[in-house]
Amino acid sequence: MSALQMERREFLKFSVAASGGLLIGLYLPGASKLAVAEERSGSIFMPNAFLRIGTDERVTVIVNHSEMGQGVYTALPMLLAEELDADWNKVGYESAPVDPRYNHPVFGMQITGGSSSVWSAFEQYRNAGAAARAMLIAAAAQQWNADPATLRTGSGVVIDGANRKLSYGQLAETAAKMTPPAKVTLKDPKTFKLIGTPVKRLDTPEKINGKAVFGIDVKNPGMLTAVVARAPVFGAKVKSFDDSHARNMPGVRKVAAVPSGVAVVADSFWQAKMARDAVRIDWDEGEMHAFSTSQMMEQFREQAKSPGKSVRRDGDPDAALAKAAQKIEAVYEVPYLSHLMMEPLNCAVDLGAESCEIWTGTQFQTVDRAAAAKVAGLPNEKVQIHTTFLGGGFGRRATPQSDFVVEAVHVAKAAGVPVKVVWTREDDMQGGWYRPAFLHAIVGSVDASGNPVSWKSRVVGQSIFAGTMFEGMMKEKGYDPAAVEGVDDLPYEIPNLAVEYHQTEVGVPVQWWRSVGHSHTGFATECFVDELATLAHKDPYQFRRALLAKHPRHLAVLDLAAQKAGWSKPLPKGRARGIAVHFAFESYNAQVAEVSVTDGRVRVHRIVSAVDCGHYVNPGIIAAQLEGGAIFAASAALFQELTFENGRLQQTNFHTFPVMRMNECPEIETHIVENNEKSGGIGEPGVPCTAPAIANAVFALTGKRIRKLPIRLTEAA
Amino acid sequence: MILFSVNRQRVNLDVDPSTPLLWVLRENLGLTGTKYGCGMAQCGACTVHLNGEAIRSCVAPVSRAEGKEVTTIEGLSPDLSHPLQRAWMAEDVPQCGYCQSGQLMSAAVLLREKPRPSDEDIDEAMTGNICRCGTYPRIRKAIHRAAAMMSTGGAK
Repeated sequence: MSALQMERREFLKFSVAASGGLLIGLYLPGASKLAVAEERSGSIFMPNAFLRIGTDERVTVIVNHSEMGQGVYTALPMLLAEELDADWNKVGYESAPVDPRYNHPVFGMQITGGSSSVWSAFEQYRNAGAAARAMLIAAAAQQWNADPATLRTGSGVVIDGANRKLSYGQLAETAAKMTPPAKVTLKDPKTFKLIGTPVKRLDTPEKINGKAVFGIDVKNPGMLTAVVARAPVFGAKVKSFDDSHARNMPGVRKVAAVPSGVAVVADSFWQAKMARDAVRIDWDEGEMHAFSTSQMMEQFREQAKSPGKSVRRDGDPDAALAKAAQKIEAVYEVPYLSHLMMEPLNCAVDLGAESCEIWTGTQFQTVDRAAAAKVAGLPNEKVQIHTTFLGGGFGRRATPQSDFVVEAVHVAKAAGVPVKVVWTREDDMQGGWYRPAFLHAIVGSVDASGNPVSWKSRVVGQSIFAGTMFEGMMKEKGYDPAAVEGVDDLPYEIPNLAVEYHQTEVGVPVQWWRSVGHSHTGFATECFVDELATLAHKDPYQFRRALLAKHPRHLAVLDLAAQKAGWSKPLPKGRARGIAVHFAFESYNAQVAEVSVTDGRVRVHRIVSAVDCGHYVNPGIIAAQLEGGAIFAASAALFQELTFENGRLQQTNFHTFPVMRMNECPEIETHIVENNEKSGGIGEPGVPCTAPAIANAVFALTGKRIRKLPIRLTEAA
Repeated sequence: MILFSVNRQRVNLDVDPSTPLLWVLRENLGLTGTKYGCGMAQCGACTVHLNGEAIRSCVAPVSRAEGKEVTTIEGLSPDLSHPLQRAWMAEDVPQCGYCQSGQLMSAAVLLREKPRPSDEDIDEAMTGNICRCGTYPRIRKAIHRAAAMMSTGGAK
């Protein structure tokens, strides 16, 4: 067991005395749905526990969100340390165990998603820090026999009127005996010292010397490695398998059928993988054996010809269209996409008769724990998840069905020893839970002066919520809100507007992918607005401005991006710009992309990205997320597509599903709108504008409309 | 038995000589800083130095290391003092961090061969290393920064 794991277990046991420090348990009013529920049922308040201060002065912030690159191991400690008045050089982080105290205060479960970590933690972590600070002051007051009101704090010390100082470490033991304050006063944001500054990430050192532990790096005593042969076609079942060769290969300890396929357990990954490849399996391929994405898209096109479920209807778009001076129709298509995290999926399980311990990089602890408990036949409390660093998440590691965790518990059960299931890159890419393919059929019109009078969008694609625990959200609305988010709230001033949705049933497992529905609605709507601007003979930037008069925050990012990109300034021959603006995850983003085309290949030279994410915590991390979001989206726009033939995925690894590389990477400039609005998200909002900004730039340069991703100029309209 | 040296320590291992060096480093030697990303020399996450050259350890059988010196991320410096590590911190390069060992090991060979690399040199040396989080602009800046540090005698 590593020191870190030991520390975490100690923490779980609340062994305050043993560690000689202060563990602050807090009840934060209204902090979690569960806490409120407990209060109502008359039981004791459930404390939240976000902080540990040691006699060694270490301030350890327990982070209830998973670190997958987005910077929560820095941003959340900043929130707490600000109110605690901690010495930032003494602040560290630790991932929270699974416990209702660490539930997302709005979502009511432990989850990292929806670009919600900072806004959901904004008060929670500040309250935790402020309460701790009050207890440290109370402890100092007791030691000095002073009135707490005469004491102040500064960078990890309590200071009295005579300038005497006691450090937080010196006060830790006394503070542990203090009663948590019933109410805390938070700092005036004007006095923030940390929040709003580009503090360097706390996790960089261990990510540049090989020490950071990702799920795939976990090694427990007696642990074996398993590689699983999974269905080549979604829904296929094992009819029979022949492991006569595999089970005699070096290092192989066990070959066993599990619900997802056949697991090979061996001493090492390579042995397990070689033996897995040697298992011969006869599959019952089921209904998906003939599935093809090209046929599926044909069906989507047919479906788009008839009305779908009405999502939004303003005015009378059909009547307005019939009378319009000019109209335009366009069909946009986007493919299935893999999240393709750099770290392929993996999950380590130590299953005992009375306990189940799991080590994995997950975004979805509460759900994974319940799913694991069910397979293990244990109550939830007997299952613990140790959340490691995530080598990328992008939504894949928050699977409502907990596929990779459930499978690993099954494998551990079959193996009878601690086991780590490791997916190869090919396994990961073929494992499903993709961003669904979508089609948007849009018809719009403008009047004689070029003002838009109607817009009708028909959205066709799979629901990511259907068949999951989130299906309830669909029942409320009558449709899957995630399929149409970003088009159902189209901000443009268009008097006659309709949005309809056709939910398609396809046997390909799908789920959220960085920016969820916005990843396709942003593309379709921002390209179509551009097409309307062309129809109206107007500049695409000015055309959008005129339609956003009632949306000052959209306008502010649009103007900032246009200004910083030099929208009105001429470009050298062979270059052109495109623009897009979109609201997602409580933040506003606009981007201007500059492109050229050589031998039919689009090259993106520069992206200027402007964001309004409200009151922000760390502008350095915001810039990094905007850079990363644009590159993630540009990879998809330029290169990526998953296709199926005969039920089989045609892509296997990076050579057939490319990711943007250093030599293709544009210069990226980021700008932040300064305001004090409520904090919004940042991990995902930087994604939706990139594809349409690039596509619109390609049109400006070539006169060809890009209506299908990835961009292929030969297929352009 | 295969005899080679890793981060200046001699190792003598009884492993199947066809096993990729990556898995020997990670599983037999516990050096998990070197990462698995693709298994086919497409992503560069597994980059290590073999006698000073950057290689993709996921496709290099361990037998190739026989009698040679392997350097992994754990051996880049004992204390984060390598100019690239200092530049990586200054530019806040990593996000998820999974690809960064490979990025650093590729960049280290680049700087040894071209102490003041141009952007084209960086493109050439670093294009084999994929970063899914999109840290490329910062990697580029950090390489230039490290080069500048080295040209002033390693001063900060």
